[in-house]
Amino acid sequence: MNTPTQDQLLLNGLATNEKQAVERIYRENYSLIQHLVVNNNGTEEDARDIFQEGLIVLYEKSVSADFELNCQLKTYLYSVCRRLWLKKLQKYNRFEPRIDGLADMVPVEEDLEHHEEKNLQFGLMDAALLRLGEPCKGLLEAYYLQKRNMQEIAAEYGYTNADNAKNQKYKCLMRLKKLFFAQYKSRT
Amino acid sequence: MEDILLLDATERYLRGEMGEDERRAFEELRKNNPEVDQFVVEHHFFLEEMGRYGATKQVKGAIHEIHNRLEETGEIKPLKSGGSGKVVQMWNRYKRTIAVAASIAGLTALLISGLVTNFSSKSIEQRQQVESLRREVNTLKTATNNQSRVLNEVKGKIEQTATTAPAPKFEGTCFLIDARGYLVTNQHVVKSADAIRVQNTRGQDFKARVVYTDSDMDIAVLKIEDDNFKTFGALPYSIKKSSTDLAEPIFTLGFPREEIVYSEGYLSAKTGYNGDTLSCQISIPANPGNSGGPVLNRNGEVIGILSTRQIAAEGVVFAINARNIFKALDEVKKDSTVKNIRVPMTSNLKGLDRVQQVKKIQDCIFMVKGY
Repeated sequence: MNTPTQDQLLLNGLATNEKQAVERIYRENYSLIQHLVVNNNGTEEDARDIFQEGLIVLYEKSVSADFELNCQLKTYLYSVCRRLWLKKLQKYNRFEPRIDGLADMVPVEEDLEHHEEKNLQFGLMDAALLRLGEPCKGLLEAYYLQKRNMQEIAAEYGYTNADNAKNQKYKCLMRLKKLFFAQYKSRT
Repeated sequence: MEDILLLDATERYLRGEMGEDERRAFEELRKNNPEVDQFVVEHHFFLEEMGRYGATKQVKGAIHEIHNRLEETGEIKPLKSGGSGKVVQMWNRYKRTIAVAASIAGLTALLISGLVTNFSSKSIEQRQQVESLRREVNTLKTATNNQSRVLNEVKGKIEQTATTAPAPKFEGTCFLIDARGYLVTNQHVVKSADAIRVQNTRGQDFKARVVYTDSDMDIAVLKIEDDNFKTFGALPYSIKKSSTDLAEPIFTLGFPREEIVYSEGYLSAKTGYNGDTLSCQISIPANPGNSGGPVLNRNGEVIGILSTRQIAAEGVVFAINARNIFKALDEVKKDSTVKNIRVPMTSNLKGLDRVQQVKKIQDCIFMVKGY
């Protein structure tokens, strides 16, 4: 069992996407969630999806400004995954959602609402980028996500100079913003 | 081109790459130009959104990778239960039982639905849902018939032919509409008769002839052709042309047995079976043999001819509206061999009590016997 400081370290690792920390969280918690899902009308695939979504919820919490974890990491993850799985069961109308499992739970509703919001925005951006298509998508991802400099990008995408690449990037960005905000505004 | 410059400046400003002077100049621009300010705010939001998207995507990718690696190294393995949920396990366990149960259920369902359709198809036909109230005479009834005839013989005044006549095939009721010997009954009462005889309440028996039948209206007009028949002065009741009101009390006289039988009830609906407008529904005790009997209201007006009853329901009897008698008589008039039939239009039973009414009416009611 991890001490609170150990949990905190792991969470900091998750927030910065540190490979070892994420792997440790994975290894220590997966089987618990696997049991939960598989023993309650789920498949191995479901267990994997639920656990990974639970990890993202934990990640979102770890990067948020007002972050604090008042319980053990394991308990929190279990509570989140249980709630996620219940929702999924209800959505597919599979069976009476009466999940048996450990009793100790923490309230996670608020975090899940937050997660749903974030998940929606993630989906919007994902869809916008997909509609943008290549080479714009790659160009923008290289610049804004991988933070590479313009000279490199120009060379890779075959532009004669950085200014040309910048010009192209500008056009792509304007299109992406249009796509994104059209969806974003129609939703809100 | 200016837009590119603005974007470039905004991004450098947001990243904090601007020098002190440049930053101050840019902030001044933002303050004075709301469009620029709007652009900066929007772009800031968008870049944050994109940054979050990128980071989350990276984490997702990393988690995915870790899962695959752990699966390869065997640190994550499917649960012993074969990776199937409870339902799948139960399905595997009880597959056979379920199959047997399902096939039994299927067969039962087929059987029941077969039976249901078998029975219900029979009742689709209207004729089978309503029963004609003519009486098929069985041997027992014939015996009583003969008995009464013997009694009548003792009293004398009876034709020899009556006693020697064979037993009738069926019996119904009819009533006079013209004192000279014209009677009305149901078409189904006389439908398959080779010969018709009518008998009054005193047991006198007369030969009769079918003058007219209409199977749609279920009306038949008979004429007594017997020398022993003496015409009446006038009929006590009248035939009502207009329709009758709901809930009006009614009564009927008929021959469900060898003796004339009185019963009373009320008009319960203005249409007959399945909305048939030729007839109406009455609530009255009626039995085979009542067919063709008059249905009268309290003023002694004939409002209908009792014809059928519904098999499935209790006390649902149908009577053919009396105005159809006039329609039938219009048709009869076309036959030149028939004298003009004069239907009684005024009833002299008004205001009398029921016993007196029936006393006067019963002489005009006859039993129809078909041979």
